[in-house]
Amino acid sequence: MLNYVLKRLAVGVLVIISASIVLFSIMQLMPGDPIRMVADPRLPPHRIEELKRAWGLDKPAYVQYLYWMKNLLRGDMGTSIATGQPVGYLIASRLPYTLLLAGTAMVVRYLIGVPLGLIAALRQGTKLDRLLVMATTMLMMIPGYWFAILLMMVFAIKLRWLPISGFQGPASLVLPLMTMVLPGIGGTLRVTRSEVLDTAREPFVLTAHAKGLSARAVQVYHILRNALIPVTVSFFLNLPWLISGSVIIENVFAWPGMGRLVWGAIQSQDLPVVQGVFVMITALTVVCNIVGDIVAGLLDPRIRVEIEEARE
Amino acid sequence: MSRKRTYLKAAKNGMFITGTVLFLTVLLVAVFADRIAPHKYDEMNIEKAFIPPGRAYLFGTDEFGRCLFSRIIYGSRIALKIGLMVVAIQISVGVSVGLLAGYFGGKLDMILSFITDLTWAMPPVVLSLAIVTVLGPSLERVVVSTALVSWPGCARMVRSKTQSIKNMPFVEAARALGESDLSIIVRYILPNTLGIVIVLTTLQLPGAILSTTGLSFLGLGSQPPSPDWGLILSEGVNYVSKAPWISIFPGLALIYTAVGFNLMGEGLRDILDPRT
Repeated sequence: MLNYVLKRLAVGVLVIISASIVLFSIMQLMPGDPIRMVADPRLPPHRIEELKRAWGLDKPAYVQYLYWMKNLLRGDMGTSIATGQPVGYLIASRLPYTLLLAGTAMVVRYLIGVPLGLIAALRQGTKLDRLLVMATTMLMMIPGYWFAILLMMVFAIKLRWLPISGFQGPASLVLPLMTMVLPGIGGTLRVTRSEVLDTAREPFVLTAHAKGLSARAVQVYHILRNALIPVTVSFFLNLPWLISGSVIIENVFAWPGMGRLVWGAIQSQDLPVVQGVFVMITALTVVCNIVGDIVAGLLDPRIRVEIEEARE
Repeated sequence: MSRKRTYLKAAKNGMFITGTVLFLTVLLVAVFADRIAPHKYDEMNIEKAFIPPGRAYLFGTDEFGRCLFSRIIYGSRIALKIGLMVVAIQISVGVSVGLLAGYFGGKLDMILSFITDLTWAMPPVVLSLAIVTVLGPSLERVVVSTALVSWPGCARMVRSKTQSIKNMPFVEAARALGESDLSIIVRYILPNTLGIVIVLTTLQLPGAILSTTGLSFLGLGSQPPSPDWGLILSEGVNYVSKAPWISIFPGLALIYTAVGFNLMGEGLRDILDPRT
């Protein structure tokens, strides 16, 4: 198991390094000069040169990359060009809000989606099954930001039950949460449903039936126990998608998370902040994937063996 | 499976037919936008700002007195353009990578699979954000950057399909006849992976269109006066209580298009599934 975990970690580190190189290459395509964005254009040229040196912008690209990487490893993500605050501090102050929103949304989504998926699978082929699949799939086709505006119109403007935007306590969480949960239920329902149906076709389920166990016992101890493993893993694999997806929703609701931060940074071409958020979200993605793999290995010894054999 | 049976299954599949009808209406609207739309999409008339939906203006007007019905009609062109670009990039990159990795295996497979995993782990929206920060907002940049991280699913599917086909008797026979690797891939393996690719791409299209228009909504994609549905929506946000129709109609148009592609994809999956 340790071997398996170490391998997953090594791949994760490689992914982060490659992503940072991709990001850095994109940044080099930048046509303008970031210094001119902040410095007073009336500054004499030698002052601008000084500023450039201070920011390290006079060095070749790969040296800048190595510097950046070295500082990153020490936890220093640079300084925001627009506000002069450390990027690490900016992200640390916004990250909890993003994690609160995305994490809660994910938990609520699974609390609703998994039971519905089980119902659909156990009633496979009935009207109820088809209705559940159809309805939740249609929910996936609703653009989140549009849905967000509708919710605002109804609950914040018409009924005045909930705050329209920003963060003023738990009530502010309701509308963004609804926006992020409803479209995702379909995905969770489908994963659960198809895993249960696939497991029900396995030979060991047939054996369990043949032993004379009651249908209920087979469902609970043989089918559900096995089918819920991939469902649990999908929880972790989907979390990063929700985090990146929250960028748009956060902006609709002026939610003070990383999505809001990065949007502001784009407007002022504040590269260090955009870089920092990019690295942070990539790192979160990698961590979630690794946790998902480890959970899969812990819950299901077959996966562990399969992966170790495949890598030999 | 015979071609005739496939057509029969398609004719009986309600989802596929509904999806195709929805898609075809969007396509026709996009092609004949000039004839259908009563006004140009950027035709302003300040005296007629904020007219609610009614007989004169079917979907009402916005803050510049532009006819929303016409803007939404023209916007269908943008939605389809996004779809077309995403499909083109996704298929060309995803299918090539999948075919090469699956067919040749070994070192090449290892490298390509690693690149696929790497791309898979890239946070999708954020890559678009980085590109837009550097190069400035534009619909094309947003679409390309969305598509460039969305091919791994397709590559994985094609790879595993290729692996399962490449040792089948008909491929062995072609090899024994002295056909080159390239010709085997193009003539024998590619056609057998097409079904799965079409289904997958159609199913991913709604997501691609929704996330791209989402970026336009944030002001990072299409720029005014473009009739991009996401952009119209964002222009309506400032007037949600005064003129809610500005935000409502583009959303409905997006849902209509997304549902069309989704039903087509789901229908195709049933039709091409040999078990049904």
